[in-house]
Amino acid sequence: MSDIGSRGYANPDKLVSTDWVAARLNDDNIRIVESNEDPLLYPSGHIPGAVEVDWVKDLNDPLRRDYLGKAGFEALASRIGITPDTTVIFYGDKSNWWATYALWVFELFNHTNAKIMDGGRLKWAEEGRELTREKPVISPTSYSAPERDDSRIRAFRDGVLQHIQSSGQLVDVRSPAEFSGEKLHMEGYPQEGAVRGGHIPGASSVPWSRAANEDGTFKNAAELSAIYLEEIDLNPAEPTVAYCRIGERSSHTWFVLTNLLGFADVRNYDGSWTEWGNSVGLPIEK
Amino acid sequence: MADYPAKLQEYLDDFNFITSREERVDYLIAIADEFQPVPPSIATKPYDEAHRVIGCESEAFVWALERADGTLDFYFDVLNPQGLSAMAMSAILDQACSGAPLEQVAAINGEVVFTFFGRDISMGKGRGLTELINAVVYQAKQRLKSA
Repeated sequence: MSDIGSRGYANPDKLVSTDWVAARLNDDNIRIVESNEDPLLYPSGHIPGAVEVDWVKDLNDPLRRDYLGKAGFEALASRIGITPDTTVIFYGDKSNWWATYALWVFELFNHTNAKIMDGGRLKWAEEGRELTREKPVISPTSYSAPERDDSRIRAFRDGVLQHIQSSGQLVDVRSPAEFSGEKLHMEGYPQEGAVRGGHIPGASSVPWSRAANEDGTFKNAAELSAIYLEEIDLNPAEPTVAYCRIGERSSHTWFVLTNLLGFADVRNYDGSWTEWGNSVGLPIEK
Repeated sequence: MADYPAKLQEYLDDFNFITSREERVDYLIAIADEFQPVPPSIATKPYDEAHRVIGCESEAFVWALERADGTLDFYFDVLNPQGLSAMAMSAILDQACSGAPLEQVAAINGEVVFTFFGRDISMGKGRGLTELINAVVYQAKQRLKSA
Protein backbone atom coordinates (compact mmCIF):
# COMPACT_ATOMS: atom_id res chain seq x y z
CA MET A 1 0.00 0.00 0.00
CA SER A 2 1.12 3.52 -0.70
CA ASP A 3 1.86 5.82 2.19
CA ILE A 4 1.79 8.98 0.10
CA GLY A 5 -1.51 10.08 1.61
CA SER A 6 -0.09 9.90 5.11
CA ARG A 7 2.99 12.01 4.47
CA GLY A 8 1.27 15.33 5.04
CA TYR A 9 1.74 16.80 1.59
CA ALA A 10 -0.24 19.87 0.58
CA ASN A 11 -1.22 18.27 -2.71
CA PRO A 12 -0.73 14.51 -2.44
CA ASP A 13 -2.59 13.99 -5.72
CA LYS A 14 0.49 15.17 -7.63
CA LEU A 15 2.37 12.07 -6.54
CA VAL A 16 1.52 8.45 -7.25
CA SER A 17 3.12 5.25 -6.06
CA THR A 18 4.58 2.43 -8.11
CA ASP A 19 1.64 0.30 -6.93
CA TRP A 20 -0.79 2.88 -8.26
CA VAL A 21 0.93 2.89 -11.65
CA ALA A 22 1.19 -0.90 -11.79
CA ALA A 23 -2.57 -1.15 -11.30
CA ARG A 24 -3.29 1.22 -14.19
CA LEU A 25 -1.02 0.08 -17.00
CA ASN A 26 -3.97 -0.46 -19.32
CA ASP A 27 -5.93 2.66 -18.42
CA ASP A 28 -6.59 4.63 -21.61
CA ASN A 29 -6.98 7.86 -19.65
CA ILE A 30 -3.43 7.62 -18.37
CA ARG A 31 -0.19 8.04 -20.27
CA ILE A 32 3.02 7.01 -18.56
CA VAL A 33 6.05 9.04 -19.66
CA GLU A 34 9.68 8.24 -18.92
CA SER A 35 12.16 11.11 -18.96
CA ASN A 36 15.84 10.47 -18.24
CA GLU A 37 19.26 11.94 -18.58
CA ASP A 38 20.74 8.67 -19.87
CA PRO A 39 19.42 8.08 -23.41
CA LEU A 40 20.00 4.32 -23.16
CA LEU A 41 17.66 3.74 -20.25
CA TYR A 42 14.24 3.94 -21.87
CA PRO A 43 15.12 1.74 -24.87
CA SER A 44 16.83 -0.76 -22.56
CA GLY A 45 13.61 -1.31 -20.64
CA HIS A 46 10.67 0.80 -19.54
CA ILE A 47 7.33 0.42 -17.83
CA PRO A 48 4.99 -1.41 -20.22
CA GLY A 49 3.09 1.14 -22.28
CA ALA A 50 5.34 4.04 -21.30
CA VAL A 51 6.52 6.53 -23.92
CA GLU A 52 9.70 8.56 -23.78
CA VAL A 53 10.04 12.33 -23.63
CA ASP A 54 13.65 13.32 -24.17
CA TRP A 55 14.66 16.51 -22.39
CA VAL A 56 16.99 17.59 -25.19
CA LYS A 57 15.22 16.76 -28.41
CA ASP A 58 11.60 16.95 -27.24
CA LEU A 59 11.45 19.82 -24.75
CA ASN A 60 13.95 22.37 -26.03
CA ASP A 61 13.90 24.60 -29.07
CA PRO A 62 16.76 23.40 -31.29
CA LEU A 63 18.00 26.89 -32.13
CA ARG A 64 16.99 29.28 -29.35
CA ARG A 65 17.72 28.87 -25.67
CA ASP A 66 14.08 28.29 -24.88
CA TYR A 67 11.47 25.60 -24.58
CA LEU A 68 9.34 24.38 -27.40
CA GLY A 69 6.49 26.63 -28.50
CA LYS A 70 2.78 25.97 -28.94
CA ALA A 71 3.15 24.11 -32.25
CA GLY A 72 6.02 22.01 -30.92
CA PHE A 73 4.12 21.07 -27.78
CA GLU A 74 1.03 20.17 -29.79
CA ALA A 75 3.15 17.94 -32.02
CA LEU A 76 4.79 16.29 -29.01
CA ALA A 77 1.52 15.79 -27.14
CA SER A 78 -0.15 14.41 -30.25
CA ARG A 79 2.76 12.04 -30.90
CA ILE A 80 2.59 10.59 -27.40
CA GLY A 81 -1.16 10.18 -27.77
CA ILE A 82 -2.53 12.45 -25.07
CA THR A 83 -5.41 14.89 -24.94
CA PRO A 84 -5.81 17.77 -22.49
CA ASP A 85 -7.84 15.35 -20.33
CA THR A 86 -5.18 12.65 -20.17
CA THR A 87 -3.48 12.13 -16.83
CA VAL A 88 0.24 12.11 -17.54
CA ILE A 89 2.47 10.19 -15.11
CA PHE A 90 6.14 11.13 -15.32
CA TYR A 91 8.99 9.04 -13.98
CA GLY A 92 12.70 8.83 -14.67
CA ASP A 93 16.25 8.49 -13.43
CA LYS A 94 18.12 10.53 -10.84
CA SER A 95 15.35 10.71 -8.22
CA ASN A 96 12.93 12.00 -10.84
CA TRP A 97 15.04 15.07 -11.51
CA TRP A 98 14.30 14.89 -15.24
CA ALA A 99 10.71 13.80 -14.70
CA THR A 100 9.92 16.93 -12.69
CA TYR A 101 11.61 18.99 -15.38
CA ALA A 102 9.34 17.48 -18.05
CA LEU A 103 6.28 17.96 -15.83
CA TRP A 104 7.21 21.61 -15.31
CA VAL A 105 7.45 22.16 -19.08
CA PHE A 106 4.07 20.48 -19.57
CA GLU A 107 2.58 22.83 -17.00
CA LEU A 108 3.88 25.80 -19.00
CA PHE A 109 1.26 24.68 -21.52
CA ASN A 110 -1.34 24.31 -18.79
CA HIS A 111 -1.28 20.51 -18.91
CA THR A 112 -1.63 20.43 -15.14
CA ASN A 113 -3.18 16.97 -15.09
CA ALA A 114 0.30 15.57 -14.56
CA LYS A 115 1.84 13.62 -11.69
CA ILE A 116 5.16 12.11 -10.63
CA MET A 117 5.67 8.43 -9.83
CA ASP A 118 7.38 8.54 -6.45
CA GLY A 119 10.82 6.92 -6.49
CA GLY A 120 11.02 6.97 -10.26
CA ARG A 121 12.65 4.38 -12.42
CA LEU A 122 15.01 3.07 -9.76
CA LYS A 123 12.23 2.21 -7.32
CA TRP A 124 10.17 0.49 -10.01
CA ALA A 125 13.18 -1.58 -11.09
CA GLU A 126 14.29 -2.42 -7.56
CA GLU A 127 10.82 -3.69 -6.73
CA GLY A 128 11.32 -6.23 -9.50
CA ARG A 129 8.50 -4.85 -11.58
CA GLU A 130 8.30 -5.50 -15.29
CA LEU A 131 10.41 -3.49 -17.70
CA THR A 132 10.02 -4.06 -21.40
CA ARG A 133 11.96 -3.09 -24.48
CA GLU A 134 8.80 -3.20 -26.54
CA LYS A 135 7.77 0.25 -27.71
CA PRO A 136 4.07 0.88 -27.32
CA VAL A 137 2.00 1.46 -30.42
CA ILE A 138 0.47 4.87 -29.89
CA SER A 139 -2.46 6.26 -31.80
CA PRO A 140 -1.62 9.92 -32.36
CA THR A 141 -4.11 12.49 -31.14
CA SER A 142 -4.77 16.01 -32.24
CA TYR A 143 -3.83 18.02 -29.17
CA SER A 144 -4.82 21.66 -29.13
CA ALA A 145 -2.63 23.57 -26.67
CA PRO A 146 -2.80 27.15 -25.47
CA GLU A 147 0.18 29.43 -26.02
CA ARG A 148 2.95 28.70 -23.56
CA ASP A 149 2.33 30.69 -20.38
CA ASP A 150 5.65 31.76 -18.86
CA SER A 151 4.02 34.16 -16.43
CA ARG A 152 2.96 31.75 -13.71
CA ILE A 153 5.77 29.31 -12.89
CA ARG A 154 8.78 30.56 -14.88
CA ALA A 155 11.12 33.37 -13.88
CA PHE A 156 13.33 35.48 -16.13
CA ARG A 157 16.47 37.49 -15.44
CA ASP A 158 14.84 40.90 -15.05
CA GLY A 159 12.11 39.49 -12.86
CA VAL A 160 14.68 37.87 -10.62
CA LEU A 161 16.55 41.15 -10.37
CA GLN A 162 13.37 42.91 -9.22
CA HIS A 163 12.67 39.99 -6.90
CA ILE A 164 16.00 40.32 -5.09
CA GLN A 165 15.72 44.12 -4.97
CA SER A 166 12.53 43.63 -2.98
CA SER A 167 14.24 40.99 -0.79
CA GLY A 168 12.19 38.15 -2.27
CA GLN A 169 12.74 34.53 -1.32
CA LEU A 170 15.33 32.73 -3.43
CA VAL A 171 16.56 29.14 -3.22
CA ASP A 172 19.81 28.06 -4.82
CA VAL A 173 19.57 24.28 -5.28
CA ARG A 174 23.12 23.70 -6.57
CA SER A 175 25.88 22.03 -4.61
CA PRO A 176 27.43 23.93 -1.70
CA ALA A 177 30.67 24.32 -3.67
CA GLU A 178 28.82 25.95 -6.56
CA PHE A 179 26.90 28.19 -4.15
CA SER A 180 30.06 29.38 -2.45
CA GLY A 181 31.82 30.04 -5.73
CA GLU A 182 34.48 27.43 -5.10
CA LYS A 183 33.32 25.70 -8.26
CA LEU A 184 32.14 27.39 -11.43
CA HIS A 185 30.10 24.37 -12.47
CA MET A 186 28.47 21.27 -11.11
CA GLU A 187 30.74 18.25 -10.66
CA GLY A 188 30.88 16.59 -14.04
CA TYR A 189 29.28 19.45 -15.97
CA PRO A 190 32.21 21.79 -16.75
CA GLN A 191 30.78 23.13 -20.00
CA GLU A 192 27.70 24.40 -18.22
CA GLY A 193 29.67 26.70 -15.97
CA ALA A 194 29.93 30.45 -15.69
CA VAL A 195 32.69 33.03 -15.74
CA ARG A 196 31.99 33.95 -12.11
CA GLY A 197 31.43 31.79 -9.09
CA GLY A 198 28.98 32.47 -6.28
CA HIS A 199 25.25 32.91 -6.02
CA ILE A 200 22.45 35.40 -6.57
CA PRO A 201 22.39 37.89 -3.67
CA GLY A 202 20.03 36.87 -0.91
CA ALA A 203 19.71 33.24 -2.02
CA SER A 204 19.58 30.43 0.51
CA SER A 205 21.40 27.21 -0.27
CA VAL A 206 19.47 23.94 -0.24
CA PRO A 207 20.81 21.34 -2.70
CA TRP A 208 17.86 19.82 -4.55
CA SER A 209 18.70 16.25 -3.55
CA ARG A 210 18.02 17.00 0.12
CA ALA A 211 14.32 16.67 -0.71
CA ALA A 212 14.80 13.06 -1.77
CA ASN A 213 15.43 9.89 0.17
CA GLU A 214 18.15 7.41 -0.77
CA ASP A 215 15.64 5.36 -2.76
CA GLY A 216 14.60 8.38 -4.82
CA THR A 217 11.25 8.92 -3.08
CA PHE A 218 10.38 12.32 -1.70
CA LYS A 219 10.83 13.06 1.99
CA ASN A 220 7.64 13.56 3.96
CA ALA A 221 6.14 16.98 4.61
CA ALA A 222 7.55 17.27 8.13
CA GLU A 223 11.06 16.56 6.91
CA LEU A 224 10.66 18.98 4.01
CA SER A 225 9.24 21.66 6.31
CA ALA A 226 12.24 21.26 8.60
CA ILE A 227 14.51 22.04 5.66
CA TYR A 228 12.65 24.78 3.82
CA LEU A 229 10.51 26.43 6.51
CA GLU A 230 12.68 26.08 9.59
CA GLU A 231 16.24 25.82 8.36
CA ILE A 232 16.11 28.59 5.72
CA ASP A 233 12.96 30.24 6.99
CA LEU A 234 10.90 30.37 3.80
CA ASN A 235 7.34 31.65 4.04
CA PRO A 236 4.96 29.54 1.91
CA ALA A 237 2.75 32.58 1.30
CA GLU A 238 5.55 34.66 -0.21
CA PRO A 239 6.71 34.53 -3.86
CA THR A 240 9.71 32.23 -4.20
CA VAL A 241 12.23 31.65 -6.98
CA ALA A 242 14.33 28.50 -7.35
CA TYR A 243 17.38 28.24 -9.59
CA CYS A 244 20.32 25.98 -10.33
CA ARG A 245 22.54 25.91 -13.42
CA ILE A 246 20.08 25.59 -16.31
CA GLY A 247 16.79 25.07 -14.49
CA GLU A 248 16.52 21.29 -14.34
CA ARG A 249 17.57 20.57 -10.76
CA SER A 250 15.49 23.54 -9.63
CA SER A 251 12.41 22.07 -11.28
CA HIS A 252 12.65 19.31 -8.66
CA THR A 253 12.66 21.92 -5.89
CA TRP A 254 9.88 23.83 -7.65
CA PHE A 255 7.80 20.63 -7.54
CA VAL A 256 8.54 20.09 -3.86
CA LEU A 257 7.73 23.63 -2.77
CA THR A 258 4.62 23.95 -4.93
CA ASN A 259 3.02 20.54 -4.60
CA LEU A 260 4.37 18.93 -1.48
CA LEU A 261 4.62 21.99 0.77
CA GLY A 262 1.86 24.06 -0.85
CA PHE A 263 3.75 27.27 -1.54
CA ALA A 264 1.45 29.70 -3.31
CA ASP A 265 3.83 31.21 -5.88
CA VAL A 266 7.01 29.42 -6.91
CA ARG A 267 8.86 30.12 -10.13
CA ASN A 268 11.70 28.21 -11.71
CA TYR A 269 14.44 30.49 -13.07
CA ASP A 270 15.71 28.32 -15.94
CA GLY A 271 18.25 30.90 -17.07
CA SER A 272 19.79 30.12 -13.70
CA TRP A 273 23.49 30.46 -12.99
CA THR A 274 24.58 29.96 -16.61
CA GLU A 275 22.76 33.19 -17.40
CA TRP A 276 23.16 35.12 -14.15
CA GLY A 277 26.81 34.20 -13.58
CA ASN A 278 27.74 35.21 -17.12
CA SER A 279 25.68 38.40 -17.40
CA VAL A 280 27.22 41.87 -17.47
CA GLY A 281 26.09 44.15 -14.69
CA LEU A 282 24.35 41.65 -12.44
CA PRO A 283 25.36 41.46 -8.79
CA ILE A 284 26.54 38.24 -7.17
CA GLU A 285 27.50 37.14 -3.71
CA LYS A 286 30.17 34.67 -2.68
CA MET B 1 44.74 10.36 -36.80
CA ALA B 2 46.06 8.44 -33.81
CA ASP B 3 46.74 4.74 -34.16
CA TYR B 4 44.11 3.26 -31.88
CA PRO B 5 43.72 -0.30 -30.62
CA ALA B 6 42.30 -2.41 -33.46
CA LYS B 7 39.06 -3.30 -31.66
CA LEU B 8 38.44 0.33 -30.73
CA GLN B 9 38.96 1.39 -34.34
CA GLU B 10 36.55 -1.32 -35.42
CA TYR B 11 33.91 0.05 -33.06
CA LEU B 12 34.58 3.62 -34.20
CA ASP B 13 34.20 2.59 -37.84
CA ASP B 14 30.90 0.90 -36.99
CA PHE B 15 29.54 3.94 -35.18
CA ASN B 16 30.70 6.32 -37.90
CA PHE B 17 28.35 4.49 -40.25
CA ILE B 18 25.37 4.92 -37.97
CA THR B 19 23.04 7.72 -38.91
CA SER B 20 19.95 7.12 -36.80
CA ARG B 21 19.71 7.72 -33.07
CA GLU B 22 17.67 4.56 -32.66
CA GLU B 23 20.31 2.40 -34.30
CA ARG B 24 23.04 3.99 -32.17
CA VAL B 25 21.09 3.41 -28.99
CA ASP B 26 20.29 -0.21 -29.87
CA TYR B 27 23.95 -0.92 -30.62
CA LEU B 28 25.07 0.67 -27.33
CA ILE B 29 22.50 -1.31 -25.37
CA ALA B 30 23.73 -4.52 -27.00
CA ILE B 31 27.27 -3.63 -25.97
CA ALA B 32 26.13 -2.74 -22.44
CA ASP B 33 24.55 -6.18 -22.21
CA GLU B 34 28.06 -7.62 -22.61
CA PHE B 35 29.40 -5.68 -19.62
CA GLN B 36 31.08 -7.88 -17.04
CA PRO B 37 31.85 -6.33 -13.66
CA VAL B 38 35.24 -6.83 -12.08
CA PRO B 39 35.51 -10.41 -10.70
CA PRO B 40 35.92 -10.90 -6.94
CA SER B 41 39.39 -12.30 -7.54
CA ILE B 42 40.46 -8.80 -8.60
CA ALA B 43 38.41 -6.57 -6.28
CA THR B 44 35.54 -6.78 -3.82
CA LYS B 45 33.18 -4.14 -2.43
CA PRO B 46 33.63 -1.70 -0.91
CA TYR B 47 36.17 -0.81 -3.54
CA ASP B 48 39.30 1.14 -2.87
CA GLU B 49 38.45 4.76 -3.69
CA ALA B 50 41.73 5.04 -5.57
CA HIS B 51 40.02 3.14 -8.38
CA ARG B 52 36.99 5.41 -8.61
CA VAL B 53 36.53 7.41 -11.82
CA ILE B 54 36.26 10.99 -10.62
CA GLY B 55 33.51 12.88 -12.43
CA CYS B 56 31.49 9.80 -13.41
CA GLU B 57 28.10 10.02 -11.73
CA SER B 58 27.39 6.38 -12.49
CA GLU B 59 30.07 5.50 -9.93
CA ALA B 60 32.46 3.70 -12.27
CA PHE B 61 35.66 2.07 -11.03
CA VAL B 62 38.67 0.94 -13.08
CA TRP B 63 41.50 -1.50 -12.37
CA ALA B 64 44.54 -2.28 -14.52
CA LEU B 65 46.63 -5.40 -14.08
CA GLU B 66 49.83 -6.06 -15.97
CA ARG B 67 50.15 -9.07 -18.23
CA ALA B 68 53.40 -10.99 -18.73
CA ASP B 69 53.89 -9.23 -22.07
CA GLY B 70 53.69 -5.82 -20.42
CA THR B 71 50.24 -4.90 -21.71
CA LEU B 72 47.33 -4.34 -19.35
CA ASP B 73 44.10 -6.12 -18.52
CA PHE B 74 41.40 -3.65 -17.61
CA TYR B 75 38.51 -4.36 -15.27
CA PHE B 76 35.51 -2.19 -14.53
CA ASP B 77 32.49 -1.88 -12.33
CA VAL B 78 29.57 0.54 -12.43
CA LEU B 79 27.74 0.77 -9.11
CA ASN B 80 24.72 2.72 -10.35
CA PRO B 81 22.36 0.09 -11.74
CA GLN B 82 21.00 2.78 -14.08
CA GLY B 83 24.45 3.64 -15.40
CA LEU B 84 23.88 1.93 -18.72
CA SER B 85 25.99 4.32 -20.77
CA ALA B 86 28.92 3.83 -18.40
CA MET B 87 28.48 0.06 -18.72
CA ALA B 88 28.54 0.31 -22.52
CA MET B 89 31.66 2.47 -22.46
CA SER B 90 33.33 0.10 -20.00
CA ALA B 91 32.56 -2.91 -22.20
CA ILE B 92 34.05 -1.15 -25.22
CA LEU B 93 37.18 -0.20 -23.30
CA ASP B 94 37.57 -3.69 -21.87
CA GLN B 95 37.30 -5.35 -25.27
CA ALA B 96 39.44 -2.73 -27.01
CA CYS B 97 42.19 -1.98 -24.52
CA SER B 98 42.86 -5.17 -22.56
CA GLY B 99 46.01 -6.63 -24.11
CA ALA B 100 46.39 -3.79 -26.61
CA PRO B 101 49.75 -2.05 -27.12
CA LEU B 102 50.13 0.55 -24.38
CA GLU B 103 51.13 3.27 -26.86
CA GLN B 104 47.81 2.80 -28.63
CA VAL B 105 45.81 2.88 -25.41
CA ALA B 106 47.67 5.99 -24.26
CA ALA B 107 46.79 7.73 -27.54
CA ILE B 108 43.01 7.44 -27.15
CA ASN B 109 41.30 10.83 -27.21
CA GLY B 110 38.32 11.25 -24.89
CA GLU B 111 36.43 12.86 -27.77
CA VAL B 112 35.67 9.37 -29.10
CA VAL B 113 32.80 9.41 -26.59
CA PHE B 114 30.87 11.57 -29.03
CA THR B 115 31.44 9.14 -31.89
CA PHE B 116 29.80 6.46 -29.77
CA PHE B 117 27.08 8.46 -28.03
CA GLY B 118 26.47 11.36 -30.41
CA ARG B 119 26.71 15.07 -29.81
CA ASP B 120 23.32 15.43 -28.18
CA ILE B 121 24.34 13.52 -25.06
CA SER B 122 24.07 15.65 -21.93
CA MET B 123 27.11 17.50 -20.66
CA GLY B 124 27.13 15.38 -17.54
CA LYS B 125 27.05 12.08 -19.36
CA GLY B 126 29.68 13.24 -21.85
CA ARG B 127 31.98 14.35 -19.07
CA GLY B 128 31.58 11.18 -17.02
CA LEU B 129 32.24 8.91 -20.00
CA THR B 130 35.25 10.96 -21.05
CA GLU B 131 36.68 10.60 -17.55
CA LEU B 132 36.21 6.84 -17.84
CA ILE B 133 38.39 6.84 -20.95
CA ASN B 134 40.86 9.18 -19.30
CA ALA B 135 41.24 6.74 -16.40
CA VAL B 136 42.21 3.97 -18.82
CA VAL B 137 44.57 6.24 -20.75
CA TYR B 138 46.17 7.37 -17.50
CA GLN B 139 46.95 3.78 -16.54
CA ALA B 140 48.60 3.12 -19.89
CA LYS B 141 50.66 6.28 -19.67
CA GLN B 142 51.80 5.45 -16.15
CA ARG B 143 52.97 1.99 -17.26
CA LEU B 144 54.80 3.49 -20.23
CA LYS B 145 56.54 5.97 -17.95
CA SER B 146 57.71 3.30 -15.56
CA ALA B 147 58.80 0.89 -18.30
